[in-house]
Amino acid sequence: MNEILYKPLYLRPKSLARVPTHYCPGCHHGIVHRLLAEVIDELGIQEKTVIMAPVGCSVLIYNYFEVDSVECAHGRAPAVATGIKRARPDSVVITYQGDGDLAAIGTAEIVHAATRGERITTIFINNTNFGMTGGQMAPTTLIGQKTETTPYGRSPERNGYPIRVAEMLATLNGPAYIARVAVYNPTQVMRARNSVKKAIQVQVEGKGFGFVEVLSTCPTNWGLKPTEAIKWLEENMIPVYPLGEFVGGSK
Amino acid sequence: MGERILMKGAEACAEGAIKAGCRFFFGYPITPQNEVAGYMSRRLPEVGGVYLQGESEVASINMVLGAAAAGVRAMTSSSSPGISLMQEGISYMVGCQLPAVIVNFMRGGPGLGGIGPAQSDYLQATKGGGHGDYNLVVLAPSTIQELVDLMKEAFDIADRYRNPVMVLADGIIAQMMEAVEFKYEVDPAALPPKPWAVGGAKGRPKNVIKSLDLVPENLEKYNWMLQEKFKQARANEARYEEYMMEEAEIVLVCFGTVARVAKKSIEEARKQGVKAGLIRPITLWPFPEEPFLKAIPKSKKFLVLEMNAGQMIEDVKLQVCHARPIEFKGKPGGTVFTPSEILELILSLEENK
Repeated sequence: MNEILYKPLYLRPKSLARVPTHYCPGCHHGIVHRLLAEVIDELGIQEKTVIMAPVGCSVLIYNYFEVDSVECAHGRAPAVATGIKRARPDSVVITYQGDGDLAAIGTAEIVHAATRGERITTIFINNTNFGMTGGQMAPTTLIGQKTETTPYGRSPERNGYPIRVAEMLATLNGPAYIARVAVYNPTQVMRARNSVKKAIQVQVEGKGFGFVEVLSTCPTNWGLKPTEAIKWLEENMIPVYPLGEFVGGSK
Repeated sequence: MGERILMKGAEACAEGAIKAGCRFFFGYPITPQNEVAGYMSRRLPEVGGVYLQGESEVASINMVLGAAAAGVRAMTSSSSPGISLMQEGISYMVGCQLPAVIVNFMRGGPGLGGIGPAQSDYLQATKGGGHGDYNLVVLAPSTIQELVDLMKEAFDIADRYRNPVMVLADGIIAQMMEAVEFKYEVDPAALPPKPWAVGGAKGRPKNVIKSLDLVPENLEKYNWMLQEKFKQARANEARYEEYMMEEAEIVLVCFGTVARVAKKSIEEARKQGVKAGLIRPITLWPFPEEPFLKAIPKSKKFLVLEMNAGQMIEDVKLQVCHARPIEFKGKPGGTVFTPSEILELILSLEENK
């Protein structure tokens, strides 16, 4: 038989553990986990990587990756990552954080890690709510969006405006790569993979802080079917959170 | 080594940490401990270490947590309000079984309080401090030489139990200058390896450092395991000094700077024929029990003096129970006892014993 016919084209990345998922149906965490594992494998850094687990839906990330990890207090992952990276500059340190973790309680830690140009990489999941605690308003919740704690819809008068983290961090000099991506269709998935790779490469090459914001669905807390959630993301999130590379992009 | 150098307490603390093999300092400015950070920012780059000023005490303690997770000796120092902010990270370090040293040069509280020296954080330091069931070994030096000696002890104890250790001193010890001798020099490369540390799973299974356990039965087991470590620390780490305790009828119990002042008063009282003595806990947790068992039979009264409104007295009561009367005098605002003031207290107890 022709060997080519049997060449595997799609295998589980070796950095990704073979365990059942705890994520809800239609949630995008799983896709992002896989992309991150693929990039870790591709760059050959599995034995150097340390992942910071956040507090939120992805708190159990250490179960999914075959790499070292540290589970951090809510929002503090960039500070913990800083301590590890300063102590072990040869390691590749990645924080994986949601929008409650990073954009609310951890705002100071992410801004200062970014402005220090800390040689770490942050994957930021923006799904416009606190998923694990039951869908409360996050700093990223859209105007008018109903959540557990904005039952009448988020109002600028009561709750202020959404934070655009990628753009905010892009005003700083420390980041070497900042992008906002999505994973709701194959084209976007491939772009997202490319951005995750760049955000890690700038760390490996010692250029500075790497950051990828991933627009993500939360069908359970949005009260939508997975397919409806994708449509909602495209129609409502992208106008507020435009996709693209904000720092270090290929021109 | 062997040479005596005139140093400010905060700087001696920093140099002691470096000589104890600490190469990583993360902190945030607050009076009266700023000289620790200033000294570290100069010295650590000279010895291949890292000084990093965090954006807050919250970030700084989490940087310490990260460095500790990577297996190095790391520390921070702060003062009362800053230590309150660090309690979250300290609790996580206990939960993650990470060794590190936290120095608290206490000032008066609550709130922003003042910047004068105080012992206002005794209860916070010795009864846990953050959330969850835990203790830290708390070391309370009363001279700068002792502070230097205890810095190495602090790192050793932290590594022994994989638990943070707190060095608890007041602003006077940070700001005063004394001649000190460094009796140790630890090469960080020669320290025992920490196979549990993270930094890349090369040639071994992955290491996961965490405090989370969502299965209550497992978390309970984990907590009992932590408690076993605290039990060991209780049994092995209590340190204290007895001063002029022979036949002592009036037993002073003081720690830190207060104990140092009290020694002068006790010497004077003895000259006047009053049988006064001092029990000075060096570890505030575990609180030493032995000197109390020895002292109670011959004692008439206990006198607890603290630069706070009465915190260690709770632990003294646990030891003395109702066996003897316990008197207390406190200074909760940033002022310090004078030797004559303490002598007067001793003499008044002598009259009414």
